[in-house]
Amino acid sequence: MERKEELNKEIQERFQEFYIDFISPFGDDTLIIKKEGIFPVLSFLKNYGFELLLDITAVDYLGKKPRFEVVYHLLSFKDRKRIRVKAGVDEDDPKVTTVTSLWKNADWLEREVWDMYGIIFEGHPNLKRILMYEEFKGHPLRKDYPFRKRQPRIELLYPED
Amino acid sequence: MDFKPLRKDTMLLNMGPSHPAMHGIIRILLELDGERVVKADVEIGYLHRAFEKTAENKTYLQVIPYTDRLNYVSPIINNVGYCMTVEKLLGIEVPERAQYIRVIMSEISRITDHLTCLGPIAMEMGAMTVFLYMMRAREFLYDVLEHVTGARLTVSYVRIGGVKADLPSNFENLLKKGIEDTKKCLRETHGLLSKNKIFIDRTRNIGVISKEEAISYGFTGPVLRSTGFYYDVRKAFPYLIYDLLDFEVPLGERGDNYDRYMVRMQEIEQSIRIIEQAMKKMPKGEIMVEKKKLEPYSVVDMSFSGKRIHPEKVQLSPNLEGSEMERSKFIYSSKFTPPPKEEVYTSIEGLIKHFMFYIPTEGIKPPKGEVYFSVEGANGELGYYLVSDGSSKPYKLHVRAPCFHLMAGFPKMIEGYMVADIIPTFASINMIGGELER
Repeated sequence: MERKEELNKEIQERFQEFYIDFISPFGDDTLIIKKEGIFPVLSFLKNYGFELLLDITAVDYLGKKPRFEVVYHLLSFKDRKRIRVKAGVDEDDPKVTTVTSLWKNADWLEREVWDMYGIIFEGHPNLKRILMYEEFKGHPLRKDYPFRKRQPRIELLYPED
Repeated sequence: MDFKPLRKDTMLLNMGPSHPAMHGIIRILLELDGERVVKADVEIGYLHRAFEKTAENKTYLQVIPYTDRLNYVSPIINNVGYCMTVEKLLGIEVPERAQYIRVIMSEISRITDHLTCLGPIAMEMGAMTVFLYMMRAREFLYDVLEHVTGARLTVSYVRIGGVKADLPSNFENLLKKGIEDTKKCLRETHGLLSKNKIFIDRTRNIGVISKEEAISYGFTGPVLRSTGFYYDVRKAFPYLIYDLLDFEVPLGERGDNYDRYMVRMQEIEQSIRIIEQAMKKMPKGEIMVEKKKLEPYSVVDMSFSGKRIHPEKVQLSPNLEGSEMERSKFIYSSKFTPPPKEEVYTSIEGLIKHFMFYIPTEGIKPPKGEVYFSVEGANGELGYYLVSDGSSKPYKLHVRAPCFHLMAGFPKMIEGYMVADIIPTFASINMIGGELER
């Protein structure tokens, strides 16, 4: 408990311009920051002891501002703690700095977020679709993408003669 | 896929997507210098089934069968993970007996998963006998699962607030038989493989990954433990009754194929230990959540419809935002578990309660909020990230699939080794397509 407050204080002091809130709903420690602070805050957390990147995902709050929220889950082996880092991303400028230089699995995770939500990770070495095919139009996990929408078959590369 | 070869004198080879030795539909692009892999790249997405999009359009109860199809060789662990995530959001603790049942069934699932992984490793090096022994042992365990759950593969056994049904009366004997067969299979496999020269030559120092690299790639589960790193969700974040049981976490040393094989073999032994202890300790009692524990929904027991406590007297806890009186009309019915069938067939209240539970707009309505919960899956940390907006459908459900991270690091594990080593390495990480691509 003390360590949590200590961490909160340290982040608040170091990253005043990015810090928004530190809450613990349902017992999950959640740090809310501005999206510009994602890279510095995550690299600080990594050095602080949160060694493993568990997950990156996004949530689409359609009709709210900012529309998207990028969610990172980190794990500290030493303290046996998890932390969630959230940052709002606007629809007009869906750009976030990549964390591929900190964790290697961020490569695929960020590709998935780009594929599903259309959030661009700036500086990513190979940002392309991972679960859907290249010719797919739109981003399927966005709330305005219809559940039962069908897309036409991909055109044949070499049509029969 | 744009793949840039590192050298000019090398050959490019496609392995997959549909390759007879592949355990899933996955494409590996290889750059070869003779028989040696110089560079590799993995392409996935051939089995994407839009699990997350579907979950957003189904009720909380309807999602349970979909979770079976994630890791389809250990479906109960997926069920437990999902149901416990929703329970964390609802703030329920299930009764002790249900916790024991969940643990026993999860561990049986873990054994079947490990057997399904270990059999093919041996088979891919030509040891067909081991594969058949393991499939036979798995079959006996599937018999146990079938007797309890009614299905072999897609079981949907766990429910939010408990489990579907109590254990059958002959469960103990069945389990004893299943476990004896598994133990026999383990003895035979140890005899056939563990000191086998050919097997050791093919697996020792093949597919090595270091501790640091494994953490950097987000590896968890047996693959991380085979590098000698101690991390197990059951020990680090104990859930259910794992903290009451005595078991060890087997570790490897070098992080190669042989260590992964050995860690999985020892984990089966530990799972058997857990099952035996849990069977001894298991109390007799209710399986589903007792109504009194379901604060504050539980204020009225519908089976005594004459004795209603006035809803105005109920004090809602602040984390129940989204479930207030005006938003949820039938708040005074117990919403997490369907009523007992006798009640449904004999009383109008029970019938109403039954329908209210199953129609899509009502049913289980967790409070607003977001939770992350994870269990130790057979391949690693299986996490669920759930966002609720207070309605009867999940606003967002994301699965942290252990395979996804394992496959992201897979090219690192095969670069520098022979083409023939790819398949055993691939088998040793036990990729499950359903979980990888969701």
